[in-house]
Amino acid sequence: MGILEGKRILVAGVTMDSSIGFAVARVAQEQGATVVVSNFGRALSITKRIVGRLPQPAPVIELDVTDESHLERLPDVLREHVDGLDGVVHSIAYGNPETLLGGKFLDGPWSDVAQAVQVSAYSLKSLTTACLPLMGEGGSVVGMTFDATVAWPAYDWMGVAKAGLESTSRYLARDLGPRGIRVNLVSAGPLKTLAAKAIPGFEDLESSWKDRAPLGWDESDHGPTARGVVALLSDFFPATTGEIVHVDGGFHAMGL
Amino acid sequence: MATQTDILNDLAAIVEDIAGVDAADVQLDKEFIGDLDVDSLSMVEIVVAAEEKFGVRIPDDEVKNLKTVGDAVNYIDKAQG
Ligand SMILES: NC(=O)c1ccc[n+]([C@@H]2O[C@H](COP(=O)([O-])OP(=O)(O)OC[C@H]3O[C@@H](n4cnc5c(N)ncnc54)[C@H](O)[C@@H]3O)[C@@H](O)[C@H]2O)c1
Repeated sequence: MGILEGKRILVAGVTMDSSIGFAVARVAQEQGATVVVSNFGRALSITKRIVGRLPQPAPVIELDVTDESHLERLPDVLREHVDGLDGVVHSIAYGNPETLLGGKFLDGPWSDVAQAVQVSAYSLKSLTTACLPLMGEGGSVVGMTFDATVAWPAYDWMGVAKAGLESTSRYLARDLGPRGIRVNLVSAGPLKTLAAKAIPGFEDLESSWKDRAPLGWDESDHGPTARGVVALLSDFFPATTGEIVHVDGGFHAMGL
Repeated sequence: MATQTDILNDLAAIVEDIAGVDAADVQLDKEFIGDLDVDSLSMVEIVVAAEEKFGVRIPDDEVKNLKTVGDAVNYIDKAQG
């Protein structure tokens, strides 16, 4: 029996089979969950093809986290596929790579920063509240961060957005705790995905990660990260909320 | 076994379907980005569709080497063995 047996999970943010969300959907299905996948805009048609590579079929729904009408209709759209939700995975981020990432921190324009914060941080709140009508006691929300406590090469304004995401997660944990809903983040090491490749200079991080992480790190293996997310979705972290679980080979704990 | 012409015809149909380029314009010497105006998101989708259609894997690192339609046809032909 899997640790998500009988659970209904929304995974938001799957484009390719290299997406972290794809790996989460796969492991969640392997652990017994019913999975609904969402994505937005033109990438939606890629998602519809790519879910064919999951172990089991999964409905794909349209959700742009910046579109109020999409958020409003989300419970109805979800109800066409599931009668409730036990978990929500937020695997969404965007920052304009031309203006915000790759060493242009001092010139990043506010309009682009505002978009990055809306899509990557505020949306954890929007997505979670949109799903609340379907979620009750025991529900679990999990988002994806990249350690925002320090400054990184190249990550720039996305790092600022991640700091916002980490704080958003703690406030959500505060406000949803009384309803028995947990909100946590997984802080992953660098993984080869579309988003990571769009960040000029992100590969440099990958090589130092391998050397410093005591457990080592394989940037093409999304399995450990997906299993961390699935563990947080499960009933095995019943008293954990507002937490950031590092799935990074131990990198964050080392001074050098 | 599929010939290069079969592969070209099937690939042209995929490119037409996804990027809205007339299949007749999808010729071996045409560049996806330069000549056919295929953008990066459409290119990702074409790769996914081609993988399904031809039963091959086209790793991300390989995609940037597939500049022309001919590059893609050759790659698929070799990958099918
Ligand atoms: N790849 C890494 O190294 C790494 C490390 C730590 C954390 N993360 C985080 O993991 C999450 C998933 O990223 P990924 O690396 O799998 O890349 P990805 O590009 O595969 O996934 C990002 C997803 O966000 C979606 N998205 C963007 N804007 C959206 C919007 N307005 N509405 C709805 N969806 C939208 C995209 O369509 C895409 O599916 C992100 O939060 C990312 O910051 C990634």
